[in-house]
Amino acid sequence: MKYLHLVWSALFRRKTRTVFTIISVIAAFLLFGLLDSVRDAFVGAAHSAAGASRMITTSKESFVISLPTSLLMRIQAVPGVSAVTYANWFGGYYQQPKNQLIAESVANNFFDLYPEMKLSPGELHAFHATRAGAVAGASLARRFGWKVGDKIPIQATIFPQKGGSNTWTFDLVGIYHVTDPQLKGEEGALFFNWDYFDQAAAFGGGTAGWYIERVANPKLADGVARAIDAISANSDHETKTESEDAFQTSFASQFANIGLLVGSIMGCVFFTLILLTGNTMAQAVRERIPELAILKTIGFSNRSVLSLVLAESVLLLALGGAIGLAIAGVAVGGIRAKLGPQIPMLPVGKQTWLLGVTLMVLIGLLVGALPARRGMRLRIVDALSGR
Amino acid sequence: MIRNIGWSLLTLLVAAAFVAFVAIVPWWGGALAAALLAAWLALTRVGRQAWSVTEVGMSTVPQRLGAASVVVVGIAGVVGVLVALFAMAEGFQSTLLETGNTDTAIVLRGGSQAELNSGLAHDATVIISNEPQVKRDSEGRPIASPELVVIASLPKKSSGTDANVELRGVGEGAWALRPNVHIIAGRRFTPGLRELIVGKRAAMEFEHTALGSRFNLGGQPWTVVGEFDSGDEHDSELWGDADVIAAAYRRGDSRNSVTVRLQSPKAFDAFKAALASDPRFKADASTTRDYYNRQSELLTRAIRVLGTAVAIIMAIGAIFGALNTMYAAVAARTREIATLRAMGFRGGPVVVSVLIETLLLALAGGVIGGAIAWALFDHYTASTLGSNFSQVVFEFRVTPALLANGLKWALAIGFVGGLFPALRAARMPVTDGLREQ
Repeated sequence: MKYLHLVWSALFRRKTRTVFTIISVIAAFLLFGLLDSVRDAFVGAAHSAAGASRMITTSKESFVISLPTSLLMRIQAVPGVSAVTYANWFGGYYQQPKNQLIAESVANNFFDLYPEMKLSPGELHAFHATRAGAVAGASLARRFGWKVGDKIPIQATIFPQKGGSNTWTFDLVGIYHVTDPQLKGEEGALFFNWDYFDQAAAFGGGTAGWYIERVANPKLADGVARAIDAISANSDHETKTESEDAFQTSFASQFANIGLLVGSIMGCVFFTLILLTGNTMAQAVRERIPELAILKTIGFSNRSVLSLVLAESVLLLALGGAIGLAIAGVAVGGIRAKLGPQIPMLPVGKQTWLLGVTLMVLIGLLVGALPARRGMRLRIVDALSGR
Repeated sequence: MIRNIGWSLLTLLVAAAFVAFVAIVPWWGGALAAALLAAWLALTRVGRQAWSVTEVGMSTVPQRLGAASVVVVGIAGVVGVLVALFAMAEGFQSTLLETGNTDTAIVLRGGSQAELNSGLAHDATVIISNEPQVKRDSEGRPIASPELVVIASLPKKSSGTDANVELRGVGEGAWALRPNVHIIAGRRFTPGLRELIVGKRAAMEFEHTALGSRFNLGGQPWTVVGEFDSGDEHDSELWGDADVIAAAYRRGDSRNSVTVRLQSPKAFDAFKAALASDPRFKADASTTRDYYNRQSELLTRAIRVLGTAVAIIMAIGAIFGALNTMYAAVAARTREIATLRAMGFRGGPVVVSVLIETLLLALAGGVIGGAIAWALFDHYTASTLGSNFSQVVFEFRVTPALLANGLKWALAIGFVGGLFPALRAARMPVTDGLREQ
């Protein structure tokens, strides 16, 4: 630590070059932060305690095929299931087709299974008591300027009402909040009463799109899943039950192999970065050979010279990397605030920082290694005489 | 101080002007500019001076290979990523666009936007098929196909996990409606039987799609009897008889959509108006070109925005890498450049020579990046979820236009990265430069 001043002044010996290099490092880590936030959103790094104990039951054939509501009581009776609810996809859009919604009709006890979506008891009561009542996530409500008490017309794309109208008008009776930043994406949905959907839809009533179960002990989830699927085995509506995480991951993987995509871009970026910073460090050490020789002359050991140069390159990467990730954090926040939570980006979290810092240190050591070795091995006499 | 700031601003302006120029001109404009530059270098006195200075500069590149490769690799990275992502958008978009044309129309329930969301009762499908604007075959039957879309899950060959595949039940008119569909193995399905034919790309992507395979859909066993090639989005689908699929999935006689061949593209407006004014049902008609264009828009735009954003950020990194390299190159040649100036060389040739050197390095980077993207990703097969919630298999397309666009980016980055060092070299006081160690 006492050498920090020495390392710092060595780093900024050539201001322009160092600043330019740092800007390149910032660009690389900014990209890393942004892409990692996209990858997290798809690969489902969002594991919550509530999510781990939830399971989803869909039709085995395909999740767009509905299931009979008669399964509710039978799933409830499976040992290990502590609660069960169901929901049905509604979709639709608000005002213009480009404003596609995540809208679902949900059974009465839906919010019991989603404790991370926070509604006041009054709002929850109003939701149950209002036939055409709906609750929206805070981010969604902010996006369209909805307030509690508003009447919200939604254009259905799948389910017209009896009588053929595509317009469903809901009374917004509550706005729910999600405080966990990793689960913020859940704040973008609209929920309304399944009973209302059941009565008003021209078709599609009387069915559940999927069931959600809470298991008492997540460790026994596999056995519970098998027991649930056994209920409808060999019937004409066979089911598939899996953990919520597994369900989301397999859904996201159908969009694209995001991990591979992000991985290849970042591979390309960091390869370039290593070359670039490596070149800067090599130049920096080449210029300073006489200075390093003087350090050795006044008593610095080979190892201290080695660590000085390594510290310098790690500091270079850490400065740029930290600024880049910080900018990424602000940028993701800004993008999410502007485009709404359904944009597949999660806030830059601890995981990303951890991985980022690891990368900074590793790349710093890697690009510092050769120049540092050169500094360590130099012979004082040769270096001072400029040979 | 104020003069320096003024210079920097002016330089920035020149750089911005060049970037804008590169962004706007078509490729032949670039070729013309290159030809003019070559003529200037070869024919005028100042031009020849510039070229000889450039030659000296270029001859030292092998000695500073590490620094030069920062420019080349940095720019190759930008171009490679840009071309690859745009090739993905291009491939997806053209797959969908080729599915549509202006002389067929697709009819969905009003407001439903995608086939999967739509539903039309039997009466409606009959009325739509018999509109006067619908073309008829030699026996007087309308060329129309009321179709059913259901989603099935099949394991993917690549990952072994289940993914959605679109199962399309087609009517008798489907073959006349889509003459581009050819059976490439086996035979057509027999109406009334639980037989399926699989699209070429679905066959590549999913298990259980070989001829003779049997699997369960809708709780009933089906047999694959043929494979077809349509050269468009339908290649990602499985086809069977609409009536049989409706029975298996308990859809009765309702259908998701009706696709018809029109008398002529001009008949579309009358066809749409006739359906819109029919009080018996609510239906929207679009030409298949419009329909598939809409389906591709969202994803294509998302990929292009992503690609541009990533490329811009990478380009910032690459520009500063190039700046470092070229400043170092100029610094290493300080005495040489000062000597040239003392001998009577003007500033112009020095500026041009540094710029040409950077642009050549950038061009090399652009070519390498484009070549790598082309080698790795041209015809690379990928799949994503389409609007019917099922897999659309498509190929990346690295087109000449995309490669040319990549080279433009490379040149723009090279120009910005070279301009500032070039101007520094030219503005350096000769006396200081000669004294430099």
